[in-house]
Amino acid sequence: MYIYDDFDRTLVDERVREFRDQVARRLSGELTEEEFKPLRLMNGVYLQLHAYMLRIAIPYGTLSSDQMRMLAHVARRYDRNYGHFTTRQNIQFNWIKLEELPDAMADLARAGLHGMQTSGNCVRNITTDQWAGVAPDEIEDPRIWAELLRQHLTLHPEFSFLPRKFKIALTASAHDRAAVKIHDIGLHMHRNGVGETGFEVMVGGGLGRTPFLGKTIKPFLPKRDLLSYVEAIMRTYNQYGRRDNIYKARIKILVHELGAEKFTREVEEEWQSIKDGALALDPTVVADIAARFRYPEYEALEDNPPELAQARADNRFRVWLDNSVANHKLAGYAIVTLSLKPAGGPPGDATAQQMDAIADLAERYSFGEIRVGHEQNLALPHVAQRDLPALWRSLEEIGVATPNVNLISDIIACPGLDYCSLANARSIPVAEEISRRFKDLDLARNLGRLHINISGCINACGHHHIGHIGILGVEKNGEEYYQVTIGGRADENAELGKILGPAVPYGEIADVVEDVAAAYLELRDRPGELFIDTVARVGVDPFKERVYAAR
Amino acid sequence: MTSPLQQKLKVTGPVVVTANRLGDGAVVYRSADGSWTKDLAAAAVVTTTPAAVDLLTAALADKLKAVDAYVAPVELTPQRVLPGNLRERIRFNGPTVALPGER
Repeated sequence: MYIYDDFDRTLVDERVREFRDQVARRLSGELTEEEFKPLRLMNGVYLQLHAYMLRIAIPYGTLSSDQMRMLAHVARRYDRNYGHFTTRQNIQFNWIKLEELPDAMADLARAGLHGMQTSGNCVRNITTDQWAGVAPDEIEDPRIWAELLRQHLTLHPEFSFLPRKFKIALTASAHDRAAVKIHDIGLHMHRNGVGETGFEVMVGGGLGRTPFLGKTIKPFLPKRDLLSYVEAIMRTYNQYGRRDNIYKARIKILVHELGAEKFTREVEEEWQSIKDGALALDPTVVADIAARFRYPEYEALEDNPPELAQARADNRFRVWLDNSVANHKLAGYAIVTLSLKPAGGPPGDATAQQMDAIADLAERYSFGEIRVGHEQNLALPHVAQRDLPALWRSLEEIGVATPNVNLISDIIACPGLDYCSLANARSIPVAEEISRRFKDLDLARNLGRLHINISGCINACGHHHIGHIGILGVEKNGEEYYQVTIGGRADENAELGKILGPAVPYGEIADVVEDVAAAYLELRDRPGELFIDTVARVGVDPFKERVYAAR
Repeated sequence: MTSPLQQKLKVTGPVVVTANRLGDGAVVYRSADGSWTKDLAAAAVVTTTPAAVDLLTAALADKLKAVDAYVAPVELTPQRVLPGNLRERIRFNGPTVALPGER
């Protein structure tokens, strides 16, 4: 956990007082909606179809048990008893009242939580690997660098009115679990030829109506230069990014239109003027930030303790263990993913009761720490392997032990037309129907790793372009239709999916997914070939022929 | 000069003016007496472009009770006024899926 200091607490408390005053002035009529809207957006408050929505940042996806309990409290007291975890490691409450928002924010502030920079044309919540600090394949904890960026870019006066929103993600593992290539800036930590650690800097990734993968503009950036180089990128964007057309305002369009080479030259020129100034990172500053991350006092344990070996005799436990438990960097410990994707349920939602129970279980089994992943699941990052059987029974009781992590029913979906005022079509009932169709875990396991992503409009909050199977909701003559892509992926080999064929109506979309799955079983060359590898090998056409032959 | 509002609006069937209530964001409809109601049956239904423009202009002038007012289609049956498309049905009835806290 990162321990906030007095500066952070003062900042959040001051913001609550400021927002309380702004809400009072809006409710009295002193402020018009035009004046108030940018102020509420700066605090993560949107107006959706049915109510206001509050989006709360969870920096780098790390939550304490106390913070999770506070989220449960807000769900219970100010909302309808649940919250929705998003693809950017945030949580959203969908039914909050403007009149009660200042009180809800004051409660959240007591736990160090807030909605600052979760909307508007500023730098949004900086995301990273949900296994940061515990993944065996990482070279160092990326959250230290995420926190440095967070501090530097929070209320940064130069970057509070960017041409458009700005998203940064970083990872320090070879296997990218943070989807860095689809961010405005993606940072991938690695070692260079002489063993120094630094960042590959990618710029101009993003989805929406014009999807692009990030382009590498700096293969190796020394750590001392992180802030100055990010500053140079953002200054270049702030100067040249378009402000005349909202659809062309993201940095991805600037990088595309200038070309990566020219964009890089502009950044490098800017960087030369600032790289050795105040933003050059002093190792003592980095060490100070690192020291504020508290790691658990782990015990010296062995892998595969007797309690675990014994519990493996239970087939249901073994299935869960194989699916939802990952290796930890330390012997005797494990990382446990909690599936928020029950068969027939909305992806990413947790009730207040579940949040409270997860907070208690994290305290008992994971040193009081919880992680939020962009796949809309949670994780307990520090579980002793001997505790896995007892933890599993408790997770089963609260409905978060569905062993479907990374399987076809582990669907990423935006809120869609059931909540969102931008959406053209529903996402949640589509996800629910698909997860019901693949409720049979033997079938899902036979299909293997297979990610479905669903967006209810072209803004792509469900990241449909990078789903192994991507589903985009569109409107045709007042009816919901869904366009399917296949072959997308979000990892270190990121690809954008290719369109399978004509969009199909709401009533047929789950059938199409079943047909794609059946086609894969026919087309794969052996049971171990993953869906995504089959698509890469045979292309889209054999799938298209099978899926559309009968339509 | 024709206002942008009039240029955009083209009413070809029964419509109401709807918005979200300022204090809690609830879906509300403009009634004939100039108040806002959650009851669609109590909403003012108009069928011509000039009438819709008048209703919307009055609604937008109310800066305090409701926000983001716009014209939405409705369907008239002999007994009831129903929302005219899926978006409006969802706004009127709530999400089409069971809420997690209610399962």
